[in-house]
Amino acid sequence: MIISLIQRSITMALIMLFGADGEILTEKSGNLNLGVPGIMYMGGIGGLMGSFLYENYAAEPVGIVALLIALFSSLLCSGLAALLYSFLTITLRANQNVTGLALTTFGVGFGNFFGGSFSKLAGGVGQISVQTTAGAFKASIPGLKDIPVLGQLFFDRGWMFYLGIGITVVLVYFLKNTRKGLALRAIGENPATADAAGINVIRYKYIATVVGGMISGLGGLYFVMDYSSGTWSNNSFGEFGWLSVALVIFAMWKPLNVMWGSLVFGALSILYLYVKGLNTHTTQIFNMLPYFITIVVLVITSLRKRKEQQPPASLGLPYFREDR
Amino acid sequence: MSEETTQSVKIRKEPLVHIIKRAEIAVWKAILIRIIAVILALVVCGIIIVALTGYNPLEVYIGLADGALGTTRRTWATIKDTCTLLLVGLALVPAFKMRFWNIGAEGQMLMGGCASAAIMIYLGDKVPTPVLIILMLLSSLAAGIIWGVIPAIFKANWNTNETLFTLMMNYVAVQLVNFAVTFWEGRAGSNVVGTINPETKAGWLSEIFGKSSYGWHLIIVLIVTLLIFVYMRYTKHGYEIAVVGESQNTAKYAGINVKKVIIRTMALSGAIAALAGFLAVAGADHTIKSDTAGGRGFTAIVVAWLAKLDPFTMILMSFLLVFLSNGSVQIATQFNLNDNMSDVITGIILFFILGCEFFANYKVQFRKRGVKA
Repeated sequence: MIISLIQRSITMALIMLFGADGEILTEKSGNLNLGVPGIMYMGGIGGLMGSFLYENYAAEPVGIVALLIALFSSLLCSGLAALLYSFLTITLRANQNVTGLALTTFGVGFGNFFGGSFSKLAGGVGQISVQTTAGAFKASIPGLKDIPVLGQLFFDRGWMFYLGIGITVVLVYFLKNTRKGLALRAIGENPATADAAGINVIRYKYIATVVGGMISGLGGLYFVMDYSSGTWSNNSFGEFGWLSVALVIFAMWKPLNVMWGSLVFGALSILYLYVKGLNTHTTQIFNMLPYFITIVVLVITSLRKRKEQQPPASLGLPYFREDR
Repeated sequence: MSEETTQSVKIRKEPLVHIIKRAEIAVWKAILIRIIAVILALVVCGIIIVALTGYNPLEVYIGLADGALGTTRRTWATIKDTCTLLLVGLALVPAFKMRFWNIGAEGQMLMGGCASAAIMIYLGDKVPTPVLIILMLLSSLAAGIIWGVIPAIFKANWNTNETLFTLMMNYVAVQLVNFAVTFWEGRAGSNVVGTINPETKAGWLSEIFGKSSYGWHLIIVLIVTLLIFVYMRYTKHGYEIAVVGESQNTAKYAGINVKKVIIRTMALSGAIAALAGFLAVAGADHTIKSDTAGGRGFTAIVVAWLAKLDPFTMILMSFLLVFLSNGSVQIATQFNLNDNMSDVITGIILFFILGCEFFANYKVQFRKRGVKA
């Protein structure tokens, strides 16, 4: 039972891991992107549409090609969504919160709309479904899976598991040990100072937000391809988008904390299946826990005022060079 | 390192465009920019609809208007939705003016609705209707105030980030409602409350203006609109809110009790959002579910912000958004599309209006050829 709890927690955790990693990169540049749920929907539906077209038009779809097409079209969709956010907030100086929320409305609507009618629009019948691609996404590394316990726990999963861990490790290294990472953090703390130091603030903000959006979008792709096996159901993972935003706070803006933080959130989201004596009432209270704990963390960090646990100082604030 | 330094010293070309902040803008120009933005957005939506379906876009837009205002019933529904959205938007005005990012109107509205529903269910057959309605109203307001004041207390005392706090409070509220629903569900296991008091209609707002109880929406929301306008512009409270929003230090120096203002304003904000929840439960749905607020808390943020917190502009903004979303439901059925199209259209229009603000606030000047600055 413990094994299955951990196994399923990791699955839930991965969705939020991508979302939170992307959002951390974005927030480090000072942009608070509340469009994460929308971007995750865009990433999910993007991958689904790409592979659907390929599977429908190719005579004999090949798994690896389908996988690459899905990945590419997912990144394209979520990247474009994040680019739109960047353009509106960075170049056109629109308010970040409002733009993010508008992006969530748009992205969720976009996902649900195409998820429901893309197969009809493409001239087919029934629901959108991509078996070959989902198979390729879920294929695990043959040997590792058979290791007792450990194999069951960690290695009986598709390649996006390794991708998620890889991205987190790279992100930790990038933010901590590279010059560009330092520059990015400087921008998040005080863009005017960074600008004076000769860092191209606008370019950094654009790149961090777009790449961050792409990473968040992978969470949607993972949900659609791996968790739901290449099918779409409306409004199915919006809450994971908000949980990702919560997870960023919970992890106190550190990608390494996201690793275990996402596990905690993942476990909390399915714990009700494993706790004995829960009824329909208490289940709902259990579902409240991730949000409640996030609030507690938020309050504690603001009480302690430790420097290394604070959000980037310029988070949510616009930067206009001319306004100084 | 030395190489880098020499590179950065090299003379940069003068940029092609200059961006100049406008000191002021003529009213007709400001309005024109926004009208152009909405028209551009509708054109883009039209192109997308045609590309997807091949229908004549004009027909689609006629369908849109028909869906929103085609029959008396549809018109009333549009009025009701406009009022609800406007009311939640109004709730945000004082908070936003204070630069307090209340993203939690969704939760505050939901808690208000939940409190109303609770009174309706437990006291429905015990007290006479006028008393019942007043109790529902009061409990709604109390619930909204609690939900609004909690983040405000932490913000006022420890500067806890209110954007994220209020955002999380929304989902705590959603789960609380889900929790309540498990107790109140109509048929065991259905997980739906269903219409409350369907026979006695206890706690339902009565019908005025002919056949619709939505008249109450109209009356209450118009009153609140006027009150908020007066409150923000002509009262001491409104002035204090504006000063705190501009600069907390100035406010402190002027002898304003900043903490008190923050908490008081969020109590007001939460109460108005909860009033919207009360109207939704007592005047429209007669039930409670986790999407009773239906994302209005988020849409209202956009309404309030884009109307620059002006209550009368907000009427227009709310109407525009509700018109579009109610209209698109009709298009969806008429042209056999998925009705999530409305969110896509709403999103596109929001993007355009958000973008056009830039052109209202800044002047873009292209560098003239051959002229050196």
